[in-house]
Parts: sequence; structure tokens; C-alpha cells
Amino acid sequence: MKPTAVLSLLKPGDWLVLAGGAVLVAALWGHGGNGDRVLIKQGGRVFLETTPRLDREVAVPGPLGITQVEIRGGRVRIKSDPGRHQICVKQGWLGPGQVAICLPNRVSVERGASVYDSLNY
Amino acid sequence: MTPSTIKLEITAEDYRIAGLAAAAVGLTLAEAAIPLPLPGVKPGLANIVTLIVLYQFGWRAAVWVSLLRIVAGALALGTFLTPTFVMSLAGGLSSLMILGLAGHLPRRLFGPVGLSALAAFAHIGAQLGVVGVWLMPGVNLLPLLSMFLGAAWISGLVNGLVVAGLLKSGVSGAKS
Repeated sequence: MKPTAVLSLLKPGDWLVLAGGAVLVAALWGHGGNGDRVLIKQGGRVFLETTPRLDREVAVPGPLGITQVEIRGGRVRIKSDPGRHQICVKQGWLGPGQVAICLPNRVSVERGASVYDSLNY
Repeated sequence: MTPSTIKLEITAEDYRIAGLAAAAVGLTLAEAAIPLPLPGVKPGLANIVTLIVLYQFGWRAAVWVSLLRIVAGALALGTFLTPTFVMSLAGGLSSLMILGLAGHLPRRLFGPVGLSALAAFAHIGAQLGVVGVWLMPGVNLLPLLSMFLGAAWISGLVNGLVVAGLLKSGVSGAKS
């Protein structure tokens, strides 16, 4: 079939629907993409996996005491830690893909991309 | 034993719908055999049959063919009453609803391609709705939305062109 013959199959309303759909796809492209997962581990085990969209404070108990993790406004940081050097606290707010580790208390916070396991569905 | 007093009248329309539904089931099975890069993205070839039925025999017949196709296809693939079936049913029902509404659009302006694209959007929208509300509540589906809508856009366009081409060349489902 010639290209002109294919075009003749499309009516004005069809173009409208296709254009509307394309605009919708383009508008949604890249929205809510990566970096929408916060993973808190304690002693190598997953303590909590959550979204940065929900403001909250999490108390993670470790061998030295409580490590406070703060999630606010889509960002995450370690607010306080019983460790001596406070390295993870000084790191401040984490960007996507960053990790803060409070080694003495064995707490790590990952700001990572969510992995959607579609194979199981 | 008393002979059964129930008599099933099989009309010509019943035969026609059964034949068309069989064609749709055939396409569904053939499609299931095609390896696809992403789970959940399918060309939806059976919708070609649904649309042709819609154009030639009306919306009621299209509903019959589509629902028979979903149930029989699921039985054949072994997904009957599984989440896959529920997603398929939700998608089918919502695209049938959209097609019912779109049937009131002026035929002069809206052809098979427009209806096919609208039905594809409704289909994937309902399926993502089922996933978001029932299968994986709380999962952020937004990053996937554009990808699935894009896939629906392409399959809606291609299927619509096939339907438009078939209708133009005068292929009639009535023969089956």
C-alpha cells in the first residue's frame, strides 16, 4: 500500500485522537522516574523500604542506640546518629543514587531507583 | 427419562458471533506465542476483530465477541480467574465502554484509527488501574504510565490502520 493510501484511511478526528495521545505520552515522559525509593538497612538487613514522597522520621535501632532518619519534601538525610564521627550526619541530604552509612551503628540509607519487578506479574 | 423440554434456538447471529469470537481467540493465542520485550505490552491483535465486528454488526455484537474472546482465550491459555484474566477483563470492559461512547462520535470525522487508539488507551488505563488498586497498591506507576501509553498509542494506530484497510477493501466478517 502506498503512503498516500495509508493516509487516506485517517480521518480528522483520528489525527486529533493520535495527537492528543502523543501529547499525553510526551507530558508524562520522564515523570516520577528514578530515585523514588528510600532503602534503610540495619546490620545488612532491610529495615525499611519506603518512598521519599511521604514525610516521616524513622528511628533505626542499632548496637549503639537510635539512628534517626528524616524524610522530608522528597529528600532524605540522617538526622542524628550515636556514632562518634558523625560522618553520615554531616553528609546531609542525599541526592538520587547516594548512600549514607553510619558504620558504628551499622545503619545505611540508600536513595535509589525503584526496581519494578514486572516479571512476577 | 423425560425428554428435555428446554430448546435452544440457535440463530444465524449466534453462529456469526461464535465464528467471529473464534477468530479473535485464534489471534489471542497466536499473540501469546510471540515473545515480547516487556511483559504487559501486547499488540492486541484481537481488537482488530472487535473493531470490525463493531463496524459491521454493531456494539452489542462487539461486546459478545470481545467477552467470549476474553473468557475462551483465558481458558485456552490457562489464565482463567487469575490476575491476568482480571486485567484482561478490566481492559476489555473499559475499551468496550469507550467504544460504546465513541460510537456516538460523528462517523465522518472519526474512523477506525481514532476508535482503536481510544480503545487502546482505555484498555491500558483500566489495566494499570487494576494493578494500582488491587495487585500492587502503593506502587508508583507513574514512570510506567508514559511507556504503556506509548505502546498503546502504537498498537492502537497499527490495529486501527489494519481495520480501516480491511473495511475499505471490503473484507466482510459476515462470511465466517
